[in-house]
Amino acid sequence: MRFVRRYLAPRLIQYVLVVILGVTVIFFIPRFLPSDPVEAQINTIQAMGTLVDPAAVEETIAILREMYGLDKGLLNQYVSFWGRLFTGDFGPSLYLFPTPVSQLIRQSLPWTIGLLLTTTVLGWILGNILGGLAGYFTRSKILKIVDGIAMFVRPMPYYILALILIIFFAYLLPIFPLGGGFPIGVRLSLSWSVFKDILRHAFLPAMSLVLLSAAVNHQTMRLIVQSVKDEDYIRYAKIGNVKERTIFSRYVMRNALLPQITGLTLTLGVMFGGALITEIVFAYPGIGTLLYQAILTSDYNLIMGISTISIIAIATGLLLIDLLYPLFDPRIKFK
Amino acid sequence: MKTLRELFKDRRFSFGAVVMCVLAVLAFITLFSPYDPTEWHVVPRDMAPSWEHLLGTNSMGQDVFWRMTFAVRNSLLVAFLASTISRVIAVAVGLVAGYCGGIVDRVLMLIGDTSLVIPVFLILVLIAMLVKRLDLVTMVLLFGLIGWPWDTRLIRSQILSLREREFTYTAILSRTPTRKLIFNEYFPFIIPLVLATFINHMAFVVGMEITLALIGLTDLTIPTLGAMLQWAISYQAILLGLWWWLFAPIGVAVSLFVALYLVSVSISVYLDPRARIQRVGAR
Repeated sequence: MRFVRRYLAPRLIQYVLVVILGVTVIFFIPRFLPSDPVEAQINTIQAMGTLVDPAAVEETIAILREMYGLDKGLLNQYVSFWGRLFTGDFGPSLYLFPTPVSQLIRQSLPWTIGLLLTTTVLGWILGNILGGLAGYFTRSKILKIVDGIAMFVRPMPYYILALILIIFFAYLLPIFPLGGGFPIGVRLSLSWSVFKDILRHAFLPAMSLVLLSAAVNHQTMRLIVQSVKDEDYIRYAKIGNVKERTIFSRYVMRNALLPQITGLTLTLGVMFGGALITEIVFAYPGIGTLLYQAILTSDYNLIMGISTISIIAIATGLLLIDLLYPLFDPRIKFK
Repeated sequence: MKTLRELFKDRRFSFGAVVMCVLAVLAFITLFSPYDPTEWHVVPRDMAPSWEHLLGTNSMGQDVFWRMTFAVRNSLLVAFLASTISRVIAVAVGLVAGYCGGIVDRVLMLIGDTSLVIPVFLILVLIAMLVKRLDLVTMVLLFGLIGWPWDTRLIRSQILSLREREFTYTAILSRTPTRKLIFNEYFPFIIPLVLATFINHMAFVVGMEITLALIGLTDLTIPTLGAMLQWAISYQAILLGLWWWLFAPIGVAVSLFVALYLVSVSISVYLDPRARIQRVGAR
C-alpha cells in the first residue's frame, strides 16, 4: 500500500500530466502559427496539377473546416480533438488519399518499435559493458582504442553517422542495400529467406543506432564507474580479498548501472527522434519514413497523428521502465 | 589565463580548441570572399580540387571552398545565438525556481520535466512545416526556445544548496539587495555549469539544422552546412563522382562536432573537483 501511495500514484499522475501537456502542445502549435492548415491542403491539392473549379474549392474548404471543427470556438475544438484521439480517428491521409491516418501508422509502427527496441537494448548493454570495463581497467590498450572510437562517434548527429555508413557500406563497398525494409516485390511471409532479407536491410540502420547509443552509454558509464571505484566499500572489498571479477561485476557494475537506467528514461525521447531520422536516411518503412512522406506532401493530418501517437508511445515506454526500476534497485521494494 | 593554461594541458582540449579556431578563421574570411555564395554559375562546373579552386566546384557552378566558409559562418552563428538564448532562459528559470521555491518551483519543474520527455525532433518538424522554409532568424528563435530544461535542473539544485549557505544568511542580514546577491554571489557558481552545456547545445543546434535541411524544411538558398549537404545529395554528387562536393560539408561537420564535444568534456572534467585532485596528485 505504501508503495502505491509513495511510488506508483505519483508516477501515474506524472504520466497522465505528460500526455495531457504533450497533446495540448501539439494541439496549440498549429493554431498559434500564422499559416492555415486548410489553405495549405487546398494548395497541395491544386499543386497536383488538376484545375478545380472555384465552387468545388469553396466546398472543400467548408468541409475541411468542419472536419477540423475550425468553425467552432477554440475550447470546443480542443474537446473534440481529445474525442478524436480516444477513438483513434485522425481523419484521412492526403498523401494516400482515402486511407485513414490510423491505418498508415498501424502499418509503420511495428517496424519502428522493432528497430528502436533492439537497437536500444543492444546499444545499452554493449555501451555499458565496454564503458564499465574502460572505467575499471584504465590501463588496457584495447579499451583505450575503443574509448577513442566512442569519443569520435559520441558527438555525431544521427543523420551524419547514417550518411557516412551508407556512403561506405552501400555506395563504395556495396555490401548492404541502399535502403528500404525488404526487397521490392517480395511478399512478407514467415520463411527463412524473407527473414534474412529483412535482417540484411535492417543491418545498416540498426548499426548506426547501436553505434551511437553504445558510444553515449560508454562515455557516461566510464565516468560513473571511475567514481564508484573510489568508494570506500570497494576498498574494503579489496582489502577483504574479494576476487577482482566479483568486485567488478557485483559491486561496481551493479551500482553504476542504476543511474544508467534513469539515463535510459531521460534519453528515450532523443533516441526515438534519432530512430525517425535514421529511418528517413535509409528509407526504412517505419514511422520516420512515413513522417518524411507527410512532410514532402504537407500531409497535415498524418503529421498530427504521428506526433500524438509518438508522444503517447514514448510516455508509456517511460512509465514501463520506471515501473520495472524496483527490479533492479533492491532499495525500492514492492510491498 | 591560468585556467586556460591548465585546460591546454588536456590534449583533448587543445585539439578541440585548435579545430574551433580553424573553423572560426574560415567563418571570418567570408569577408574576403570573391564570390557571392547565393549566385549560380560564377565558376566552371564540376571541377576537381585545384589551386584555383581549393575544394573544386559543384554542379551549380559554385566554388565549394568559399561556399563552405559561408556555411560554417552561418551554422556557427545560428548555433551560438540560439545557445545564448537557450542558456539565458535556463539561468532565469533555474534562478526563479530555486530561489522562490514552493508552487512556482513545482510548476516550472513540471513544465521542464515534461518537455524533457517530449521528442523535440517531432515538435521542431511540426513547427518548421507550418512556418514554411525556416530562415536563419526563425532558426535562432526556435532552437533558442528548446534545450533549457536540463540545465534548469542543474542550476536549480545548485541554487537550492547555495540558498542554505552561511553567506546567503549574512548577505540577507546585512540587507544586500537580492539582485546583487544573485549576480555577485551566485553567478560565479552557475557560470561554469552553463559553459559546458552551452557547447553541447551548440553541437545539437548544428546537427538539428543539418537534419532539418536534409528533410527539406529550411530555406536552402541560405548557405548553411545542412543546405550544402542537401544540394550535394539531391544532385547525386557521389554517383557523379564529385566526392569533394559531398565530403567538404561532411568533413567540416564531423570535425566541428568532435571538437565541440572534446572541449565540453575537458571543461567538465576540469570543473569536477575529484578530477582536479587527481590532476594535482599526478603532477
